[in-house]
Amino acid sequence: MISGLTVSERQSALIILTVMAFVGLAMAIAGRADLLGFHGGIVLLISTALIFAVIGHYYDPEPPKERLAEYYDDPTRVGIVLAMIWAVVGMAVGVWVAALLAWPDMTWDVGWLSFGRLRPVHTSGVIFGFGGNALIATSFHVLQRTSRARLPDQISPWFVLIGYNLFCVVAATGYLMGLTQSKEYAEPEWYADLWLVIVWVVYFLIYLRTLQRRQEPHIYVANWYYMAFILVVAVLHIVNNLAVPVSLGHAKSYSLFSGVQDAMVQWWYGHNAVAFFLTAGFLGMMYYYLPKRAGRPIFSYRLSIISFWGITFMYMWAGSHHLHYTALPQWVQTLGMTFSIILLVPSWASAGNALATLNGAWHKVRDDATLRFMMVAAVFYGLATFEGSFMAIRAVNSLSHYTDWTIGHVHGGALGWVAMITFGSFYALVPWMWKQERMYSSKLVEVHFWLALSGTIIYVFAMWNSGIIQGLMWRTYNENGTLSYSFIDSLVAMHPYYIARAFGGLLFLAGAVVCAYNIWMTIRLARAQDTVDNSKADIPVPQPAVALQAGE
Amino acid sequence: MALEKLDPVTGRKTTGHEWNGIEELDTPVPRVVLFFLAIFTLFSIVYWILMPAWPTWTSYTKGLLGNDQREILAEQLKTAAADRSVWMDKVAKASFAEIAANPALMRDVREAGRTLFGDNCAVCHGVKGTGGPGFPDLAAKAWLWGGDPAAIAETISVGINSNDPKSRMSQMPAFGKTAMLDSAKIRSVVAYVRSLSNQPLSPQDKALVEAGQKVFASDCASCHGDNGMGKQDLGAPNLTDATWIYGGDERAITNSINNGRQGQMPHWSGRLSPTEIKILALYVGTLGEKAE
Repeated sequence: MISGLTVSERQSALIILTVMAFVGLAMAIAGRADLLGFHGGIVLLISTALIFAVIGHYYDPEPPKERLAEYYDDPTRVGIVLAMIWAVVGMAVGVWVAALLAWPDMTWDVGWLSFGRLRPVHTSGVIFGFGGNALIATSFHVLQRTSRARLPDQISPWFVLIGYNLFCVVAATGYLMGLTQSKEYAEPEWYADLWLVIVWVVYFLIYLRTLQRRQEPHIYVANWYYMAFILVVAVLHIVNNLAVPVSLGHAKSYSLFSGVQDAMVQWWYGHNAVAFFLTAGFLGMMYYYLPKRAGRPIFSYRLSIISFWGITFMYMWAGSHHLHYTALPQWVQTLGMTFSIILLVPSWASAGNALATLNGAWHKVRDDATLRFMMVAAVFYGLATFEGSFMAIRAVNSLSHYTDWTIGHVHGGALGWVAMITFGSFYALVPWMWKQERMYSSKLVEVHFWLALSGTIIYVFAMWNSGIIQGLMWRTYNENGTLSYSFIDSLVAMHPYYIARAFGGLLFLAGAVVCAYNIWMTIRLARAQDTVDNSKADIPVPQPAVALQAGE
Repeated sequence: MALEKLDPVTGRKTTGHEWNGIEELDTPVPRVVLFFLAIFTLFSIVYWILMPAWPTWTSYTKGLLGNDQREILAEQLKTAAADRSVWMDKVAKASFAEIAANPALMRDVREAGRTLFGDNCAVCHGVKGTGGPGFPDLAAKAWLWGGDPAAIAETISVGINSNDPKSRMSQMPAFGKTAMLDSAKIRSVVAYVRSLSNQPLSPQDKALVEAGQKVFASDCASCHGDNGMGKQDLGAPNLTDATWIYGGDERAITNSINNGRQGQMPHWSGRLSPTEIKILALYVGTLGEKAE
């Protein structure tokens, strides 16, 4: 991969890595009395390892000019592999913390094994590690194909991919050491946040620069969604993480917001992370790989447009539904609730647009587990968005809030929609990327499908039951006006559901392991035998001479 | 760019664009989408008119219904308190004996007491009050500080070795650690203490009992009593029964004598109301009774 870079790109890589190594060194020295120093060490170590890797190939021959007539897919390939590693790690930790809830003694008084530290490793591992890498990998692929243009250069995609994974590693190791700013899904401390801003801006620039060079008159709908994802996540991330560090040598920082404002900013961020990371980004994925795999045109262009603007506009208001019946002024709650209800329309329009696209291809859905993954994902997207709007209603929320129903809802979306659309897309994408006719084993894809579907259903039903029972127990009164159940009574009632949930999660994890194995074997197959030559059909439109210059 | 063409499956025209093989149909937005968009928007507008909704420069639109979540909550709390006061006022005014003699009132006390106990006491004493290592079994009726409701209420209220100024205070010294007793004496007194609760002793231990009795009389009896029955005004446990807080086998007793004991219970005054403490005291008295 390094030998695919031009000499000037290798030089830029060395400069960037050296700067990073020095930043790591500075962090290690300034934070030597703090956990910040440990993270400085990690940055220094990774940067130095990469410097040696680049130097090792520094004198390799320059890549041929013909490369510019092809798409640049190396970052996508690496992104797929990284996504699958994070998937297995993140889901395994998820199963572990699910088991901890059923058998809480399994921490053995070890700090980093406690639920509070492992839980964000699970959430960040699957959302940012698995989901984020999948989005970056597929977005580079979709962007080039739908623009018929190669990525603008060969350095910035690597910067984004490696930089992003460095952020994920710093985040996850920080959680284990107890570093958190206590904002859900925004736990990493200030230095990790600053680094992500740089990475993210470069990511957005890649998008703009490639679209600028596109050889299609129109920007395909998948790219709108990917762009909304990148742009809005940048805005959310920056605002919610505004904080002042104790000093440049300390990991700890204090948020700029406090009290109910802090809660509002956090849930404006939190809900839009669901909206723009877990929805918009993956809708982009869906809008490319589903019609491609089905071989069908998108059901309605107009529906794509109103759904896109509906989703992007409506979601921005919805965050306050996380704070019903709190100190947040009631009018803010009202707005959050009403916009959440209207939001159902564009959400279902998107799900409907996906399912109606399958008209004329339902026989393929029956026979092809890959396409079935995408179909089921669209169904779960519809279910989860309906449930979300429903739960945003104040009266419903008074029952569902703080219960496992919320966890069930999130996993209906995360397992059923986000993970399934990703697996479906990967099964379509991997053979293209490694120039194979199909995955190593179609049977294993089928096995994965049923493991994933049954795991999701068991998980979601366990949490629905558990959550509703919990909610009812907390609000049941005796005739004499006192509560019928203590909190500990509700915990006893949850126990069987927690075991069922861990089992459902285990099935889903098993599916992900099967997927990782299948992808790995497909890659090995590609290395062992001749590849299918699909390069003729899968090339960008030649750019005008100016744009062809290396380094552009 | 491809020209518009017909999709053979649906009979619809495409938009005429194509991206790497993907096309889009020119299907109009289905009526049902627009219908629900209108319905939900209309619902929202009506809701905004009725409820607090939009910010103004210094305030917000209050809504025609005058709905205010804080007022509603205050109202609900007041109603709930009034509902409970029907019997709670009686509990507050009556003596423990009067309450115990009133079956209807005791039923309410049991009901409310179970939840109060679960939310506040069960973490240490267990859901059924049976305790665990280090936490007294309340169902065994082996009271450290007295088992009549007034004594239990006082214990709950001020706690044991707590930071309440009126806290019950009790400490067993670390006889071994501070070298007040040597290991031979400890071994003998352990044998004697075990004999108090009629534990089977080995011949070697039996031989130590007499010496142990002397040690007990000089070093232990001041708190645990000459006969080892304990003293409730000092919080010293009865050593002659089968109930042990920290375990009654040779190893556990040796450990207690070596390292001493100073168990803690937080004070609940301030966190629980006097009436709630009264309810709990009565409820704790019922623990261990067979379910009715």
